[in-house]
Amino acid sequence: MTVPTDLDRRFRDAAVSAGLLDVSYDVIESDLGPLLVAVTDRGLARLSFDPEPEAQLEELARLAGPRVLRAPRALEATRRELDDYFSGRRTVFDLELDLTGLPVFTVRVLDELARVPYGRTATYRELAERSGNPRAARAVGMVMNRNRIPIVLPCHRIVGSTGELVGYGGGLERKEKLLRLEGAIL
Amino acid sequence: MDAVATIPPFEAFYEAHAPEVLGLLRRRLGRDRADDAFQETFLRALRAYDRLTHGEHLRAWVLTIATRVAIDAHRRAGEPTDELPELEHLDGRPAHEELAFLTDALPPTERAAVVLRYGYDLDYVQIAAALDSSADAARQATSSGVRRLRRRLT
Repeated sequence: MTVPTDLDRRFRDAAVSAGLLDVSYDVIESDLGPLLVAVTDRGLARLSFDPEPEAQLEELARLAGPRVLRAPRALEATRRELDDYFSGRRTVFDLELDLTGLPVFTVRVLDELARVPYGRTATYRELAERSGNPRAARAVGMVMNRNRIPIVLPCHRIVGSTGELVGYGGGLERKEKLLRLEGAIL
Repeated sequence: MDAVATIPPFEAFYEAHAPEVLGLLRRRLGRDRADDAFQETFLRALRAYDRLTHGEHLRAWVLTIATRVAIDAHRRAGEPTDELPELEHLDGRPAHEELAFLTDALPPTERAAVVLRYGYDLDYVQIAAALDSSADAARQATSSGVRRLRRRLT
């Protein structure tokens, strides 16, 4: 027996309305392909270029608890802001972010990262300086690599000292596409 | 010692058991009333889910919740309710099979509590969720069921 779509949807909506979920997620379409996005009651906690939720359910449960459910209704604001971003109507995200559990240095780096404006780039070294530790360029690279919320926390705007793109968790092609969208490269 | 099964993310639990729960509820309540009961069953499971201490026998657990929700629906409609017959057919665990002839004559709540505790080794938090009551009430139902069995056997 399969569960009819409308019945399935009703339950997922009711779970959101009742406030019973630790983590709500959905897979949304974007110019970079499908994105898995997940929110907790504190805010957006995860954005992934790997759209296979099955592979990520355990990871999502570790973010906030075992009550993880695909619940599109909880992701409406996220979807709207990302749509606006990809269509060029939005240059700043207003979404709350959930950075719970991250080390102090990581949070400081991500705070500085969030200040790098749309359409601009900064180097790993510059970001290390702004985070209070000029010699931590390599550590900053690791923080970018492990960024749980790419695009919204714009690690694509961080480049090598001579402007080369260096690397990106979602693949260099995506990094280039994002920077092109923002007009940071031609 | 066997490793205790960890609690799966709710999505995996829901996907694994939703079709069977819906089947049970449709048999008990008919197609129309099964929809509300389906939602109620998984909301009850969700309410208790973060208090589970292990992931064993989740199928027996959620089918018990569904059975209970169906009984509540019958009651509200003023219809006669049967015992919890579905519970006997959940799986072929020997511990439970051996319990069956003993527990058949117990009142429904005590019977469910005893079978879930000793047939499936669920804890009182899980049993409480299945019976829609508190852990204390689940413990009481279990022990009064056991006392009743003892009186019957001696």
